Amino acid sequence: MIDFGGWEMPLQYSGIVEEHGAVRRRVGLFDVSHMGKIEIDGSEAAALVNHATTNDVSRLNAGQAQYSAMLYAHGGLVDDILVHKLADDRFFLCVNAANQGKDYAHLLEGGLGAHNRFKARIENAGARYAQLAIQGPRALDTLQKLASVPLAQIRYYWFVDGEVSGARARIARTGYTGEDGFEIYIAPEEAPRVWEEILAAGAEFGIGPCGLGARNTLRLEAKMALYGHEIHASVTPWEADLGWIVKLDKGDFIGKDALIRQRQRGVTRKLTGFEMRGRGIARDGYEVYVDGLPAGWVTSGSPSPTLNKNIGLCYLPAAQARIGQAISILVRGQLVDAVTVPTPFYKRVS
Amino acid sequence: MYPENYRYTKEHEWVQLEGDIGTVGITFHAQKELGDIVYADLPKPGTLVERGKAMGSVESVKAVSEIYSPVSGQVVEVNETLAAAPEKLNQDPHGEAWLVKIKVSAPSEIDGLLSAADYQSYVGAE
Repeated sequence: MIDFGGWEMPLQYSGIVEEHGAVRRRVGLFDVSHMGKIEIDGSEAAALVNHATTNDVSRLNAGQAQYSAMLYAHGGLVDDILVHKLADDRFFLCVNAANQGKDYAHLLEGGLGAHNRFKARIENAGARYAQLAIQGPRALDTLQKLASVPLAQIRYYWFVDGEVSGARARIARTGYTGEDGFEIYIAPEEAPRVWEEILAAGAEFGIGPCGLGARNTLRLEAKMALYGHEIHASVTPWEADLGWIVKLDKGDFIGKDALIRQRQRGVTRKLTGFEMRGRGIARDGYEVYVDGLPAGWVTSGSPSPTLNKNIGLCYLPAAQARIGQAISILVRGQLVDAVTVPTPFYKRVS
Repeated sequence: MYPENYRYTKEHEWVQLEGDIGTVGITFHAQKELGDIVYADLPKPGTLVERGKAMGSVESVKAVSEIYSPVSGQVVEVNETLAAAPEKLNQDPHGEAWLVKIKVSAPSEIDGLLSAADYQSYVGAE
């Protein structure tokens, strides 16, 4: 067990490689109840969320989820988040565990403002939800045995409110593994029972419980950003390769001016994928060298259980952030050869 | 779990002394904490090592961990099989997956290490 944002969480159950393989080939179950939840409702809830986030919620239908980000006025990332539209006047945000308080304050001060510029109410709702993630090619078969609604009809990044094992559940076809799967939001008191029932339902498909270790290797292969690593207050969405969740045409939002200015000036560094050529594993924070000179830093690095290579993400000067660039990583005092590669490292065949 | 004829460090190495040759490895507890081991970086034969000083590292999917020499001396043999099969460190850390053999320069250092029973109580129930 390790401390993660104040939560006592298992790093692994049977082992990272085994758990990782279960999700890629069969199905895995994660307890991600540490994730923060924020609910926003009111007649101007949509306007508030649009003002506080980079993606465009006006494009969402009720029952649809959207990957988005919150920025500081200077353009750096407060957090990356999932916005779920429950109704025109109700939104459900899933945010990073360690950021819940900060995100809430940001929505309150930056979004709502001292003068309550939007008619909306913001609630820190983390304590009301447990969250389980069922991920992998057999996730649907597993969860369908317990779900009250036909899961095949839920499209990727959509959700429905229904029941799992008789417990009221928000069932979203989302995840952080690069596989098909679901995340369910249920009452905390139901969670231990539902956890056991999902494990029992998935037994015939080879389900296994998965910890934070496999969650990290899975998301890294799929090149999904992790707050505190790829993204934090001093990087912008342009740098973090998250331009696709920035909608400059939607009207004003916090950080927009800074993003426009940065784009005009030119983005000087970019998040880039690499794989090790020499013997060694890049780890978070290791220095990256190009032509013998320090050029950037590793944000995440790990062996890739699926690819059987040592992979990672790093920030590089924009001129060198191109595929096939020879780089080296300082691994405990020694430079080890690596090369930049296309990302994601892993993409499922669907 | 922990062989009686080995001595142990609080940094989770073991050493088995036969004559003046100490065979060194990592403990079952160490491999369990590390998880799936993918690399072992070991000193070359001939390297002088010092008790309590880093002499190499073991790397798992999740982390890298230094190996501290439990005794002072000179490395005389390295377990070459680990380069191709580091997972043996998870499977048989007290046996087949020994790391190095050291010609011990101060055999009395052994007396300062933990017995199997003391190490077992140090790491607690597993």
